[in-house]
Amino acid sequence: MSTSASPHDPVTPRAKDGRAPDVFVPDGWVPMRCHADTEEVDFAIVGAGAGGATLAARLAEKGFSVVCFDAGPYWRPLEDFASDELAQEMLYWTDPRITGGADPIALAGNNCGKGVGGSTVHFSMVSLRFRPEWFKSRSKLGYGYDWPVTYEEIAPYYDQAERALSISGPVKYPWGPPRGPYPYRPHEVNAPGLILGRAADRMGIKWCSTPLATVSAPHGKSPPCVYRGYCHYGCSTNAKQSALVVWAARAVKAGAEIRDMAMVGQVETSADGARATGVRYHREGEWRVQKARNVVVSGYAIETPRLLLNSATPKHPNGLANSSGCVGAYLTTQSGPGVWATFEEDIRWSKGPPNMAVTEHWNYTDEGKDFHGGYAFMSQGPLAREWGQNLATSRGLWGEDLQRGMADYNHTMGFVPVGEVEPRACNTVTLVDDEFDQYGLKIPKVTFSYSDNDKRLIEHSVKFMGHMLDAAGGRDQWRNDDTSHLLGTCRMGDDPRTSVVNADGRSWDIPNLWVCDGSLFATTGGVNPSLTIQALALRCADRIESLARRGEL
Amino acid sequence: MTRSYPDYDVLAKWDTVSFDDKTRHVLRKRLGETPPRRFFSEEEWALMEVLCARLAPTPQRGGPVPITCWLDARLHEGDTEGYRIEGALPEAEAWHRGLKAIDEQARTDYVRPFIALDVETQVILLKRIQKGEVDARVWHGLKAGDFFTSTLLREVVGIYYAHPAAWSEMGFGGPASPRGYVRMGLNEHDPWEAREAKPGGARKPRGSGVA
Repeated sequence: MSTSASPHDPVTPRAKDGRAPDVFVPDGWVPMRCHADTEEVDFAIVGAGAGGATLAARLAEKGFSVVCFDAGPYWRPLEDFASDELAQEMLYWTDPRITGGADPIALAGNNCGKGVGGSTVHFSMVSLRFRPEWFKSRSKLGYGYDWPVTYEEIAPYYDQAERALSISGPVKYPWGPPRGPYPYRPHEVNAPGLILGRAADRMGIKWCSTPLATVSAPHGKSPPCVYRGYCHYGCSTNAKQSALVVWAARAVKAGAEIRDMAMVGQVETSADGARATGVRYHREGEWRVQKARNVVVSGYAIETPRLLLNSATPKHPNGLANSSGCVGAYLTTQSGPGVWATFEEDIRWSKGPPNMAVTEHWNYTDEGKDFHGGYAFMSQGPLAREWGQNLATSRGLWGEDLQRGMADYNHTMGFVPVGEVEPRACNTVTLVDDEFDQYGLKIPKVTFSYSDNDKRLIEHSVKFMGHMLDAAGGRDQWRNDDTSHLLGTCRMGDDPRTSVVNADGRSWDIPNLWVCDGSLFATTGGVNPSLTIQALALRCADRIESLARRGEL
Repeated sequence: MTRSYPDYDVLAKWDTVSFDDKTRHVLRKRLGETPPRRFFSEEEWALMEVLCARLAPTPQRGGPVPITCWLDARLHEGDTEGYRIEGALPEAEAWHRGLKAIDEQARTDYVRPFIALDVETQVILLKRIQKGEVDARVWHGLKAGDFFTSTLLREVVGIYYAHPAAWSEMGFGGPASPRGYVRMGLNEHDPWEAREAKPGGARKPRGSGVA
């Protein structure tokens, strides 16, 4: 079967006719329960990433009938993934989009995945918990917004997610509430991580090996990580515990259907607008409708609001679940300025996962800040192509200058933070009225500008990371600017006037319409969001089960 | 002193466990094929060849890396990142207009097409375009500096550093599956990694690349 994902070379769906790809076996298959479009399933879930695949697995394990849609392919990493940055661009969401505002966010490979597993197929596997206070940052820290859930309510689901993903991390994690060891032992720290450690020791701050979702010892059919370093381009050995390898596999085994190459264009609603009735989706060249008792939107922070807005009807003229006006609003990202330096030592930062050491010092220290919020930062490991493009676009190097700059590749190291960004109503995902994608759907526009607080946080992090590189012996420092992750466009809350969904992800306006992904985030914190997205999905599944038992679904 | 890896050839690992079938398939295509001209006009193609010679490095070994043909293929197939900055032209239009503007800028300033300028003048003009120091009328609303950096340079460099010759030159490990790495600490190397030449040839680099 061809697996080229070039947009003009459409891929035939793999998951159909009673079987799905076996992600662990080249050309392999596993049986999959399939549903007719006319069969009203308990849940239609839109998106098979960290939110959707996790929820699909847990709901199926609880006995609900589930169809989970993904617009992209159902990969078999062992046969589909090359050790190649360029070829692996097939993992990204590259449909047309507009990005604007004072600080336009780079999209595609930066923060979007297309395919079963979503962007966890190419994520950096950093698996950190929120600082407990962040769930109530307005009440406890004096900035941002309070979530409608507490850390104590989420903590059991962090435990569950860390076990399910066999997170490899330190025996004793230096920050946050006391906790036991991570399920798997920590990975050996690579040279860039050791430099972070050396710098942190000299600066008198704590650091540790990063808790990562790639196994340090065998787990099921996943072999231990071999430190090949291509994590951002898909894991070709299945050591990475992506939603593709972990949750999609569990979902199918438990009886869920995953429908790949199926782009959902609208959530369908009843004539009175009171209920969602199913989803309209495009697969194998035609539009079809799957009937469902509940619809969950899990398309991440651009596609989720886009789908709700594209599903507008006369009863819901501003889009579904949007009486608050918050669908698409409060878009956040995480700031990620890089600071880079060269070293005498041979570092070879392409070896091992890209972020093997971390410090959360500025997530847990509130003194000495001229801004609200926090940031973690990690050692880095960009590969050749990414690094060449960075030197060219950030430093303006080309020709022989670029050649000389790239000759230092093996002696370069740097830090990038995951910086908290203020949720603001002016940062949005909206529809472009006169431009359509290959399915005939209105394309999304992302509008983003940093606030003054965001800029102070960025400058603080750049200055501090620069001191760290100095302390470690780095020379010829320079910086660039970037972002990571997309969050917050269907935020959860306690008040239907200022949020899209409640603490369970259930929309205020349409009781059988749910959201389960990063767009739920009321604030971003200073850590990578994937573990929190999965914890929210696990909690949502339990809540749905409880509500169903009480007849409140 | 520029660091170098004179005896390292990433392709020497082709038949080893650092390469898997999928990776070999991808690289065989990249090294063996020359996609035909479909997106650029003949004039644009000729201009791109000269721009690539200025913007991309030329490896010390093996001569220039083919870039224009692969860029043409990407643009023809629409196989790029998909998003664009608000107010910017759609990608295909930006390329056509940008290349035309580079040539017109050369004709405006030097009364000759860009490709007829000597290398030194080409470099001077490209540096001006990079800084946006251009005649706005020639660029018809396109931002010269943005086109140069975010479109032209980014794509050219992105194709150059997808070529094994570029990896060998910079000492990049390259494909690493199913075998990754074992020795990950500071100044530690696996036998299948590039060996860096020591300054002054004090230590002859050990043979590398095959294990």
